[in-house]
Amino acid sequence: MLKDITLGQYFPGDTVIHRLDPRTKLIAVLLYIIALFQAKGWVGYAAVLLASLGCMALSRLKPKVIFKGLKPMIFIIALTALLNIFYTGGTPILPGWIITWDGITRAVQMILRIVLLICGTFLLTYTTSPIALTDGLELLMSPLKRIRVPVHEMTIMMSMALRFIPTLIEETDKIMSAQKARGADFETGSLVSRAKALLPILVPLFVSAFRRADELAIAMESRCYHGGQGRTRMKQMKFAGIDYAAMSISALFLAGVIVLKKFGL
Amino acid sequence: MSAVIRFENVHFTYPGDETESLCGIDLEIEEGSFVAVLGHNGSGKSTLAKHMNAILVPDEGSVTVNGIPTSDEERIIDIRRRVGMVFQNPDNQIVANVVEDDVAFAPENLGVPPAEIRQRVDAALKQVGMYEYRQHAPHLLSGGQKQRVAIAGVIAMEPKIIVLDEPTAMLDPMGRSEVISTVTRLCRERGMTVVLITHHMDECVGADRLVVMSNGRIVADGAPAQVFSQVELMENEGLTVPETTRLLYDLNREGFVLPLDILDTELCADAVAAAIRE
Repeated sequence: MLKDITLGQYFPGDTVIHRLDPRTKLIAVLLYIIALFQAKGWVGYAAVLLASLGCMALSRLKPKVIFKGLKPMIFIIALTALLNIFYTGGTPILPGWIITWDGITRAVQMILRIVLLICGTFLLTYTTSPIALTDGLELLMSPLKRIRVPVHEMTIMMSMALRFIPTLIEETDKIMSAQKARGADFETGSLVSRAKALLPILVPLFVSAFRRADELAIAMESRCYHGGQGRTRMKQMKFAGIDYAAMSISALFLAGVIVLKKFGL
Repeated sequence: MSAVIRFENVHFTYPGDETESLCGIDLEIEEGSFVAVLGHNGSGKSTLAKHMNAILVPDEGSVTVNGIPTSDEERIIDIRRRVGMVFQNPDNQIVANVVEDDVAFAPENLGVPPAEIRQRVDAALKQVGMYEYRQHAPHLLSGGQKQRVAIAGVIAMEPKIIVLDEPTAMLDPMGRSEVISTVTRLCRERGMTVVLITHHMDECVGADRLVVMSNGRIVADGAPAQVFSQVELMENEGLTVPETTRLLYDLNREGFVLPLDILDTELCADAVAAAIRE
Protein backbone atom coordinates (compact mmCIF):
# COMPACT_ATOMS: atom_id res chain seq x y z
CA MET A 1 0.00 0.00 0.00
CA LEU A 2 2.68 2.48 1.03
CA LYS A 3 4.87 1.56 -1.90
CA ASP A 4 2.27 3.20 -4.15
CA ILE A 5 3.06 6.68 -2.88
CA THR A 6 5.19 8.15 -5.62
CA LEU A 7 4.96 11.77 -4.51
CA GLY A 8 8.31 13.47 -4.66
CA GLN A 9 9.97 10.63 -6.51
CA TYR A 10 12.37 11.32 -9.29
CA PHE A 11 13.18 9.05 -12.21
CA PRO A 12 16.55 10.05 -13.65
CA GLY A 13 16.80 10.15 -17.43
CA ASP A 14 18.32 12.03 -20.30
CA THR A 15 15.40 13.23 -22.42
CA VAL A 16 14.48 16.69 -23.66
CA ILE A 17 12.14 17.07 -20.71
CA HIS A 18 14.82 16.02 -18.22
CA ARG A 19 17.32 18.46 -19.69
CA LEU A 20 15.07 21.51 -19.45
CA ASP A 21 15.96 24.04 -16.79
CA PRO A 22 13.79 23.45 -13.70
CA ARG A 23 12.62 27.06 -13.90
CA THR A 24 11.37 26.46 -17.44
CA LYS A 25 9.51 23.39 -16.28
CA LEU A 26 7.96 25.23 -13.35
CA ILE A 27 6.77 28.06 -15.59
CA ALA A 28 5.54 25.61 -18.22
CA VAL A 29 3.59 23.61 -15.62
CA LEU A 30 2.07 26.81 -14.29
CA LEU A 31 0.98 27.83 -17.80
CA TYR A 32 -0.30 24.30 -18.38
CA ILE A 33 -2.42 24.43 -15.21
CA ILE A 34 -3.86 27.80 -16.20
CA ALA A 35 -4.64 26.39 -19.64
CA LEU A 36 -6.28 23.37 -18.03
CA PHE A 37 -8.61 25.59 -16.02
CA GLN A 38 -9.32 27.77 -19.06
CA ALA A 39 -10.39 24.81 -21.17
CA LYS A 40 -14.12 24.87 -21.59
CA GLY A 41 -15.30 22.77 -24.47
CA TRP A 42 -14.21 19.36 -25.70
CA VAL A 43 -11.75 20.84 -28.16
CA GLY A 44 -10.00 22.70 -25.36
CA TYR A 45 -9.79 19.55 -23.23
CA ALA A 46 -8.53 17.55 -26.18
CA ALA A 47 -5.78 20.11 -26.73
CA VAL A 48 -4.64 19.90 -23.10
CA LEU A 49 -4.86 16.10 -23.17
CA LEU A 50 -2.76 15.94 -26.33
CA ALA A 51 -0.21 18.36 -24.87
CA SER A 52 0.22 16.30 -21.71
CA LEU A 53 0.38 13.01 -23.65
CA GLY A 54 3.00 14.57 -25.91
CA CYS A 55 5.15 15.65 -22.96
CA MET A 56 4.78 12.22 -21.36
CA ALA A 57 5.94 10.58 -24.57
CA LEU A 58 8.91 12.94 -24.73
CA SER A 59 9.85 12.17 -21.13
CA ARG A 60 9.86 8.41 -21.87
CA LEU A 61 8.24 7.68 -18.52
CA LYS A 62 6.42 4.36 -18.36
CA PRO A 63 2.64 4.93 -18.36
CA LYS A 64 2.49 2.40 -15.52
CA VAL A 65 4.49 4.76 -13.31
CA ILE A 66 2.10 7.63 -13.95
CA PHE A 67 -1.00 5.51 -13.31
CA LYS A 68 0.56 4.27 -10.10
CA GLY A 69 0.76 7.87 -8.94
CA LEU A 70 -2.93 8.33 -9.70
CA LYS A 71 -3.99 5.33 -7.63
CA PRO A 72 -4.21 7.05 -4.23
CA MET A 73 -6.37 9.77 -5.82
CA ILE A 74 -9.05 7.41 -7.17
CA PHE A 75 -11.36 8.02 -4.22
CA ILE A 76 -11.30 11.81 -4.62
CA ILE A 77 -11.73 11.55 -8.37
CA ALA A 78 -14.70 9.19 -8.02
CA LEU A 79 -16.33 11.37 -5.37
CA THR A 80 -16.01 14.51 -7.49
CA ALA A 81 -17.45 12.69 -10.49
CA LEU A 82 -20.42 11.38 -8.49
CA LEU A 83 -21.20 14.77 -6.99
CA ASN A 84 -21.13 16.35 -10.43
CA ILE A 85 -23.37 13.70 -11.92
CA PHE A 86 -26.03 14.10 -9.25
CA TYR A 87 -25.90 17.79 -8.55
CA THR A 88 -25.91 19.34 -12.00
CA GLY A 89 -29.16 20.67 -13.38
CA GLY A 90 -30.33 20.41 -17.00
CA THR A 91 -32.22 17.91 -19.12
CA PRO A 92 -32.44 14.44 -17.54
CA ILE A 93 -31.11 11.57 -19.68
CA LEU A 94 -34.46 9.81 -19.10
CA PRO A 95 -37.65 11.57 -17.96
CA GLY A 96 -37.86 11.53 -14.16
CA TRP A 97 -34.14 10.79 -13.56
CA ILE A 98 -31.88 13.06 -11.55
CA ILE A 99 -28.92 12.35 -13.81
CA THR A 100 -28.64 14.90 -16.58
CA TRP A 101 -26.63 15.04 -19.79
CA ASP A 102 -24.96 18.16 -18.44
CA GLY A 103 -24.10 16.29 -15.28
CA ILE A 104 -22.38 13.52 -17.21
CA THR A 105 -20.47 16.04 -19.32
CA ARG A 106 -19.39 17.93 -16.22
CA ALA A 107 -18.35 14.72 -14.47
CA VAL A 108 -16.21 13.53 -17.37
CA GLN A 109 -14.61 16.95 -17.74
CA MET A 110 -13.97 17.07 -14.00
CA ILE A 111 -12.26 13.65 -14.07
CA LEU A 112 -10.16 14.80 -17.01
CA ARG A 113 -9.27 18.01 -15.25
CA ILE A 114 -8.12 16.31 -12.03
CA VAL A 115 -6.27 13.52 -13.82
CA LEU A 116 -4.51 15.99 -16.14
CA LEU A 117 -3.67 18.26 -13.23
CA ILE A 118 -2.04 15.39 -11.35
CA CYS A 119 -0.29 14.04 -14.43
CA GLY A 120 1.14 17.46 -15.26
CA THR A 121 2.59 17.98 -11.81
CA PHE A 122 3.86 14.40 -11.65
CA LEU A 123 5.62 14.92 -14.94
CA LEU A 124 7.42 17.83 -13.31
CA THR A 125 8.49 15.97 -10.16
CA TYR A 126 9.31 12.72 -11.97
CA THR A 127 11.68 14.39 -14.40
CA THR A 128 13.29 16.98 -12.11
CA SER A 129 15.47 16.12 -9.15
CA PRO A 130 13.94 17.60 -6.00
CA ILE A 131 17.06 19.66 -5.35
CA ALA A 132 16.92 21.14 -8.85
CA LEU A 133 13.22 21.77 -8.36
CA THR A 134 13.59 23.61 -5.08
CA ASP A 135 16.64 25.51 -6.39
CA GLY A 136 14.56 26.57 -9.39
CA LEU A 137 11.73 27.61 -7.13
CA GLU A 138 14.09 29.58 -4.94
CA LEU A 139 15.52 31.42 -7.93
CA LEU A 140 12.10 32.12 -9.40
CA MET A 141 10.84 33.46 -6.10
CA SER A 142 14.02 35.32 -5.15
CA PRO A 143 12.54 38.74 -6.01
CA LEU A 144 10.19 38.11 -3.07
CA LYS A 145 13.19 38.18 -0.73
CA ARG A 146 13.13 41.96 -1.02
CA ILE A 147 9.78 42.06 0.72
CA ARG A 148 11.20 39.74 3.39
CA VAL A 149 9.53 36.54 2.30
CA PRO A 150 11.77 33.76 3.72
CA VAL A 151 12.21 32.12 0.32
CA HIS A 152 15.38 30.20 1.14
CA GLU A 153 13.95 28.80 4.36
CA MET A 154 10.76 27.74 2.59
CA THR A 155 12.58 25.96 -0.20
CA ILE A 156 15.05 24.20 2.08
CA MET A 157 12.15 22.93 4.18
CA MET A 158 10.52 21.65 1.03
CA SER A 159 13.62 19.85 -0.16
CA MET A 160 14.14 18.26 3.27
CA ALA A 161 10.52 17.09 3.31
CA LEU A 162 10.95 15.57 -0.14
CA ARG A 163 14.24 13.98 0.89
CA PHE A 164 12.64 12.27 3.89
CA ILE A 165 9.52 10.91 2.18
CA PRO A 166 11.15 7.60 1.16
CA THR A 167 12.87 7.28 4.54
CA LEU A 168 9.65 7.79 6.47
CA ILE A 169 7.71 5.47 4.18
CA GLU A 170 10.28 2.78 4.80
CA GLU A 171 10.01 3.42 8.51
CA THR A 172 6.19 3.24 8.46
CA ASP A 173 6.41 -0.12 6.71
CA LYS A 174 8.80 -1.35 9.39
CA ILE A 175 6.58 -0.16 12.24
CA MET A 176 3.53 -1.74 10.60
CA SER A 177 5.32 -5.07 10.25
CA ALA A 178 6.42 -4.86 13.89
CA GLN A 179 2.86 -4.18 15.04
CA LYS A 180 1.46 -6.92 12.80
CA ALA A 181 3.98 -9.36 14.25
CA ARG A 182 2.50 -8.59 17.64
CA GLY A 183 -1.03 -9.24 16.43
CA ALA A 184 -2.20 -5.81 15.30
CA ASP A 185 -4.88 -5.89 12.64
CA PHE A 186 -5.07 -3.07 10.10
CA GLU A 187 -7.16 -4.68 7.40
CA THR A 188 -10.43 -5.78 9.00
CA GLY A 189 -13.07 -4.20 11.18
CA SER A 190 -15.10 -1.03 10.85
CA LEU A 191 -13.65 2.23 9.62
CA VAL A 192 -13.42 3.53 13.19
CA SER A 193 -11.58 0.48 14.49
CA ARG A 194 -9.21 0.59 11.52
CA ALA A 195 -8.51 4.26 12.17
CA LYS A 196 -7.85 3.41 15.81
CA ALA A 197 -5.45 0.68 14.74
CA LEU A 198 -3.38 3.34 12.99
CA LEU A 199 -2.61 5.13 16.25
CA PRO A 200 0.12 2.68 17.33
CA ILE A 201 1.79 3.42 13.99
CA LEU A 202 1.53 7.17 14.11
CA VAL A 203 2.89 7.61 17.61
CA PRO A 204 6.24 5.87 17.04
CA LEU A 205 6.45 7.44 13.58
CA PHE A 206 6.11 10.94 14.99
CA VAL A 207 8.54 10.29 17.79
CA SER A 208 11.13 9.03 15.34
CA ALA A 209 10.46 11.89 12.90
CA PHE A 210 11.24 14.41 15.62
CA ARG A 211 14.38 12.54 16.59
CA ARG A 212 15.46 12.47 12.95
CA ALA A 213 14.79 16.18 12.58
CA ASP A 214 16.98 16.88 15.58
CA GLU A 215 19.85 14.76 14.27
CA LEU A 216 19.48 16.24 10.80
CA ALA A 217 19.70 19.76 12.17
CA ILE A 218 22.93 18.91 14.00
CA ALA A 219 24.34 17.21 10.91
CA MET A 220 23.47 20.23 8.74
CA GLU A 221 25.08 22.62 11.17
CA SER A 222 28.15 20.40 11.34
CA ARG A 223 28.44 20.87 7.61
CA CYS A 224 28.51 24.62 8.03
CA TYR A 225 24.88 25.29 7.10
CA HIS A 226 24.04 28.80 8.21
CA GLY A 227 21.08 29.83 6.10
CA GLY A 228 20.99 31.09 2.55
CA GLN A 229 23.55 33.87 2.93
CA GLY A 230 26.69 33.42 0.89
CA ARG A 231 25.61 30.02 -0.39
CA THR A 232 26.75 28.90 -3.81
CA ARG A 233 25.49 26.07 -6.00
CA MET A 234 27.41 23.29 -7.64
CA LYS A 235 24.88 23.04 -10.44
CA GLN A 236 24.43 26.43 -12.01
CA MET A 237 21.20 27.02 -13.83
CA LYS A 238 21.37 28.51 -17.27
CA PHE A 239 18.60 29.06 -19.76
CA ALA A 240 19.48 27.49 -23.09
CA GLY A 241 17.80 27.84 -26.47
CA ILE A 242 15.65 24.82 -25.72
CA ASP A 243 14.30 26.56 -22.59
CA TYR A 244 13.24 29.65 -24.51
CA ALA A 245 11.62 27.39 -27.11
CA ALA A 246 9.76 25.41 -24.45
CA MET A 247 8.52 28.54 -22.73
CA SER A 248 7.36 30.09 -26.01
CA ILE A 249 5.52 26.89 -26.91
CA SER A 250 3.83 26.83 -23.49
CA ALA A 251 2.79 30.47 -23.78
CA LEU A 252 1.44 29.93 -27.30
CA PHE A 253 -0.39 26.85 -26.08
CA LEU A 254 -2.08 28.81 -23.29
CA ALA A 255 -3.01 31.56 -25.74
CA GLY A 256 -4.46 28.92 -28.05
CA VAL A 257 -6.60 27.40 -25.31
CA ILE A 258 -7.89 30.87 -24.35
CA VAL A 259 -8.78 31.58 -27.98
CA LEU A 260 -10.65 28.26 -28.14
CA LYS A 261 -12.53 29.27 -25.01
CA LYS A 262 -13.60 32.55 -26.66
CA PHE A 263 -15.14 30.51 -29.45
CA GLY A 264 -16.84 28.30 -26.86
CA LEU A 265 -14.97 25.20 -28.00
CA MET B 1 53.66 17.13 15.90
CA SER B 2 51.30 19.73 17.22
CA ALA B 3 47.91 19.35 18.83
CA VAL B 4 44.98 20.29 16.58
CA ILE B 5 42.31 19.84 19.23
CA ARG B 6 43.01 20.63 22.85
CA PHE B 7 40.67 19.95 25.80
CA GLU B 8 41.58 21.68 29.03
CA ASN B 9 39.77 20.66 32.20
CA VAL B 10 36.43 20.39 30.37
CA HIS B 11 33.28 19.98 32.44
CA PHE B 12 29.87 19.58 30.87
CA THR B 13 26.39 18.79 32.17
CA TYR B 14 23.36 18.43 29.88
CA PRO B 15 20.60 20.87 30.83
CA GLY B 16 18.24 19.15 33.27
CA ASP B 17 20.74 16.43 34.18
CA GLU B 18 22.04 15.97 37.70
CA THR B 19 25.32 14.24 36.93
CA GLU B 20 28.11 15.65 34.85
CA SER B 21 28.61 14.04 31.43
CA LEU B 22 32.19 15.22 31.22
CA CYS B 23 34.09 15.74 34.44
CA GLY B 24 37.42 17.38 33.86
CA ILE B 25 38.69 16.15 30.50
CA ASP B 26 42.25 16.98 29.49
CA LEU B 27 43.09 15.72 26.03
CA GLU B 28 45.25 16.69 23.08
CA ILE B 29 44.71 15.28 19.61
CA GLU B 30 47.91 15.29 17.55
CA GLU B 31 47.81 16.35 13.92
CA GLY B 32 47.69 13.43 11.49
CA SER B 33 47.02 10.81 14.15
CA PHE B 34 44.30 8.18 14.29
CA VAL B 35 42.74 8.31 17.73
CA ALA B 36 40.05 5.88 18.84
CA VAL B 37 37.79 6.70 21.77
CA LEU B 38 36.26 3.65 23.40
CA GLY B 39 33.60 3.48 26.07
CA HIS B 40 30.29 1.86 26.88
CA ASN B 41 26.95 3.66 26.54
CA GLY B 42 26.74 6.77 28.68
CA SER B 43 30.47 7.03 29.18
CA GLY B 44 30.49 10.52 27.69
CA LYS B 45 32.27 9.63 24.45
CA SER B 46 29.59 11.15 22.18
CA THR B 47 29.47 14.25 24.35
CA LEU B 48 33.22 14.47 23.95
CA ALA B 49 32.85 14.25 20.14
CA LYS B 50 30.20 16.97 20.07
CA HIS B 51 32.61 19.33 21.82
CA MET B 52 35.11 19.01 19.01
CA ASN B 53 33.10 21.03 16.48
CA ALA B 54 31.25 23.36 18.82
CA ILE B 55 27.88 21.58 18.77
CA LEU B 56 28.32 21.58 22.53
CA VAL B 57 30.36 24.15 24.39
CA PRO B 58 31.97 23.32 27.76
CA ASP B 59 30.40 24.66 30.96
CA GLU B 60 33.86 24.97 32.45
CA GLY B 61 37.33 24.70 30.93
CA SER B 62 38.01 25.15 27.24
CA VAL B 63 38.21 23.33 23.92
CA THR B 64 40.36 24.82 21.18
CA VAL B 65 40.61 23.79 17.53
CA ASN B 66 43.78 25.09 15.87
CA GLY B 67 43.93 27.57 18.70
CA ILE B 68 40.36 28.84 18.16
CA PRO B 69 38.21 28.41 21.27
CA THR B 70 34.88 26.70 20.46
CA SER B 71 33.10 29.21 22.68
CA ASP B 72 33.84 31.96 20.13
CA GLU B 73 30.52 32.15 18.29
CA GLU B 74 31.91 34.51 15.67
CA ARG B 75 34.26 31.81 14.42
CA ILE B 76 31.96 28.83 14.62
CA ILE B 77 32.05 28.28 10.84
CA ASP B 78 35.87 28.41 10.96
CA ILE B 79 35.81 25.61 13.51
CA ARG B 80 33.24 23.48 11.72
CA ARG B 81 35.03 23.64 8.38
CA ARG B 82 38.16 22.34 10.10
CA VAL B 83 36.43 19.55 12.02
CA GLY B 84 34.14 17.38 9.92
CA MET B 85 31.68 15.19 11.80
CA VAL B 86 30.12 11.91 10.73
CA PHE B 87 27.21 10.61 12.81
CA GLN B 88 25.76 7.26 13.72
CA ASN B 89 22.64 7.17 11.59
CA PRO B 90 23.50 7.61 7.91
CA ASP B 91 19.87 8.36 6.99
CA ASN B 92 19.67 11.37 9.23
CA GLN B 93 22.72 13.17 7.91
CA ILE B 94 22.14 12.89 4.17
CA VAL B 95 20.38 16.04 2.99
CA ALA B 96 19.84 15.46 -0.73
CA ASN B 97 18.14 12.91 -2.97
CA VAL B 98 21.15 12.47 -5.19
CA VAL B 99 24.56 11.36 -3.89
CA GLU B 100 26.60 14.10 -5.58
CA ASP B 101 24.20 16.85 -4.48
CA ASP B 102 24.58 15.67 -0.93
CA VAL B 103 28.37 15.71 -1.09
CA ALA B 104 28.16 19.26 -2.51
CA PHE B 105 26.13 20.51 0.47
CA ALA B 106 29.02 21.58 2.72
CA PRO B 107 31.09 23.40 0.06
CA GLU B 108 27.89 25.12 -1.14
CA ASN B 109 27.32 26.34 2.41
CA LEU B 110 30.86 27.67 2.49
CA GLY B 111 30.33 29.65 -0.70
CA VAL B 112 32.93 27.77 -2.75
CA PRO B 113 32.79 28.65 -6.50
CA PRO B 114 30.73 26.12 -8.56
CA ALA B 115 33.62 24.75 -10.65
CA GLU B 116 35.65 24.05 -7.54
CA ILE B 117 32.72 22.37 -5.81
CA ARG B 118 32.48 20.00 -8.78
CA GLN B 119 36.17 19.10 -8.42
CA ARG B 120 35.91 18.64 -4.67
CA VAL B 121 32.80 16.46 -4.98
CA ASP B 122 34.36 14.21 -7.61
CA ALA B 123 37.59 13.93 -5.63
CA ALA B 124 35.76 13.18 -2.36
CA LEU B 125 33.58 10.50 -3.97
CA LYS B 126 36.64 8.86 -5.52
CA GLN B 127 38.43 8.82 -2.17
CA VAL B 128 35.64 6.85 -0.53
CA GLY B 129 35.10 4.66 -3.60
CA MET B 130 31.58 5.90 -4.33
CA TYR B 131 32.24 7.78 -7.57
CA GLU B 132 30.23 5.32 -9.70
CA TYR B 133 27.22 5.93 -7.47
CA ARG B 134 27.25 9.73 -7.81
CA GLN B 135 23.88 9.82 -9.58
CA HIS B 136 22.16 7.35 -7.26
CA ALA B 137 19.47 8.04 -4.70
CA PRO B 138 21.00 7.65 -1.23
CA HIS B 139 18.04 5.76 0.23
CA LEU B 140 18.66 2.90 -2.21
CA LEU B 141 22.27 2.38 -1.06
CA SER B 142 23.42 -0.06 1.64
CA GLY B 143 24.24 1.23 5.13
CA GLY B 144 28.00 1.06 4.55
CA GLN B 145 27.66 2.90 1.25
CA LYS B 146 25.48 5.61 2.82
CA GLN B 147 28.04 6.09 5.55
CA ARG B 148 30.79 6.40 2.94
CA VAL B 149 28.71 9.06 1.18
CA ALA B 150 28.42 10.86 4.51
CA ILE B 151 32.21 10.69 4.86
CA ALA B 152 32.60 12.08 1.33
CA GLY B 153 30.22 14.89 2.28
CA VAL B 154 32.60 15.79 5.07
CA ILE B 155 35.80 15.41 3.02
CA ALA B 156 34.40 17.80 0.38
CA MET B 157 34.54 20.46 3.06
CA GLU B 158 38.32 19.85 3.16
CA PRO B 159 38.59 19.57 6.94
CA LYS B 160 41.79 18.90 8.85
CA ILE B 161 40.10 16.51 11.23
CA ILE B 162 37.30 14.01 10.83
CA VAL B 163 35.40 13.00 13.92
CA LEU B 164 33.26 9.89 13.53
CA ASP B 165 30.66 9.38 16.24
CA GLU B 166 29.91 5.64 16.27
CA PRO B 167 29.75 5.50 12.48
CA THR B 168 29.37 1.72 12.45
CA ALA B 169 26.78 1.23 15.18
CA MET B 170 23.95 0.69 12.70
CA LEU B 171 25.88 -1.27 10.10
CA ASP B 172 26.36 -4.96 9.35
CA PRO B 173 29.88 -6.45 9.55
CA MET B 174 30.44 -5.77 5.83
CA GLY B 175 29.49 -2.12 6.13
CA ARG B 176 31.60 -1.78 9.25
CA SER B 177 34.77 -2.97 7.57
CA GLU B 178 34.05 -0.71 4.54
CA VAL B 179 33.82 2.33 6.78
CA ILE B 180 36.79 1.50 8.98
CA SER B 181 39.08 0.77 6.04
CA THR B 182 37.98 4.04 4.38
CA VAL B 183 38.82 6.18 7.41
CA THR B 184 42.06 4.31 8.04
CA ARG B 185 43.10 5.02 4.46
CA LEU B 186 42.19 8.71 4.80
CA CYS B 187 44.46 8.97 7.79
CA ARG B 188 47.38 6.93 6.44
CA GLU B 189 47.38 8.17 2.84
CA ARG B 190 45.95 11.67 3.10
CA GLY B 191 47.40 12.60 6.49
CA MET B 192 44.00 13.49 7.85
CA THR B 193 43.51 13.49 11.61
CA VAL B 194 40.85 10.93 12.52
CA VAL B 195 38.96 10.64 15.80
CA LEU B 196 36.86 7.48 15.87
CA ILE B 197 34.29 7.12 18.64
CA THR B 198 33.20 3.52 19.01
CA HIS B 199 32.27 0.71 21.34
CA HIS B 200 33.72 -2.04 19.18
CA MET B 201 37.19 -2.80 20.47
CA ASP B 202 38.24 -4.45 17.19
CA GLU B 203 37.85 -1.11 15.38
CA CYS B 204 40.46 0.43 17.68
CA VAL B 205 43.21 -2.05 16.90
CA GLY B 206 44.47 -0.09 13.91
CA ALA B 207 44.52 3.26 15.72
CA ASP B 208 47.68 5.08 16.84
CA ARG B 209 46.17 5.85 20.17
CA LEU B 210 43.30 4.55 22.23
CA VAL B 211 41.43 6.62 24.80
CA VAL B 212 39.04 4.78 27.10
CA MET B 213 36.24 6.74 28.72
CA SER B 214 34.01 5.90 31.63
CA ASN B 215 31.52 8.06 33.53
CA GLY B 216 32.77 11.25 31.91
CA ARG B 217 36.43 10.60 32.66
CA ILE B 218 39.38 9.31 30.70
CA VAL B 219 40.44 6.08 32.41
CA ALA B 220 43.11 4.87 30.01
CA ASP B 221 45.09 6.49 27.22
CA GLY B 222 47.91 5.03 25.14
CA ALA B 223 48.78 2.75 22.25
CA PRO B 224 46.00 0.16 21.71
CA ALA B 225 48.21 -2.80 22.62
CA GLN B 226 49.18 -1.16 25.92
CA VAL B 227 45.66 -0.15 26.81
CA PHE B 228 44.25 -3.58 26.03
CA SER B 229 46.89 -5.28 28.14
CA GLN B 230 45.27 -3.69 31.21
CA VAL B 231 42.74 -6.50 31.16
CA GLU B 232 41.29 -5.97 34.66
CA LEU B 233 40.69 -2.29 34.03
CA MET B 234 38.98 -2.94 30.71
CA GLU B 235 36.72 -5.59 32.23
CA ASN B 236 35.80 -3.34 35.13
CA GLU B 237 34.64 -0.83 32.53
CA GLY B 238 32.47 -3.46 30.90
CA LEU B 239 34.63 -3.59 27.77
CA THR B 240 35.95 -6.69 26.12
CA VAL B 241 39.58 -7.03 25.08
CA PRO B 242 40.75 -8.58 21.79
CA GLU B 243 40.79 -12.38 21.68
CA THR B 244 44.60 -12.49 21.51
CA THR B 245 44.96 -10.42 24.67
CA ARG B 246 42.28 -12.51 26.36
CA LEU B 247 44.09 -15.75 25.51
CA LEU B 248 47.49 -14.47 26.67
CA TYR B 249 45.95 -13.13 29.87
CA ASP B 250 44.26 -16.44 30.66
CA LEU B 251 47.48 -18.35 29.97
CA ASN B 252 49.39 -16.02 32.30
CA ARG B 253 46.89 -16.74 35.04
CA GLU B 254 47.67 -20.43 34.57
CA GLY B 255 51.34 -19.76 35.23
CA PHE B 256 52.76 -18.76 31.85
CA VAL B 257 54.79 -15.60 31.46
CA LEU B 258 53.67 -13.95 28.22
CA PRO B 259 53.58 -10.33 27.05
CA LEU B 260 49.99 -9.01 26.83
CA ASP B 261 50.55 -6.36 24.17
CA ILE B 262 50.27 -8.60 21.09
CA LEU B 263 47.28 -7.87 18.85
CA ASP B 264 48.37 -9.72 15.72
CA THR B 265 47.03 -13.30 15.55
CA GLU B 266 50.19 -14.74 13.93
CA LEU B 267 52.53 -13.10 16.44
CA CYS B 268 50.31 -14.27 19.25
CA ALA B 269 50.43 -17.86 17.97
CA ASP B 270 54.22 -17.66 17.75
CA ALA B 271 54.50 -16.35 21.28
CA VAL B 272 52.25 -19.10 22.64
CA ALA B 273 54.17 -21.78 20.69
CA ALA B 274 57.47 -20.47 22.03
CA ALA B 275 56.13 -20.46 25.58
CA ILE B 276 54.88 -24.07 25.28
CA ARG B 277 58.26 -25.25 23.93
CA GLU B 278 60.02 -23.87 26.98
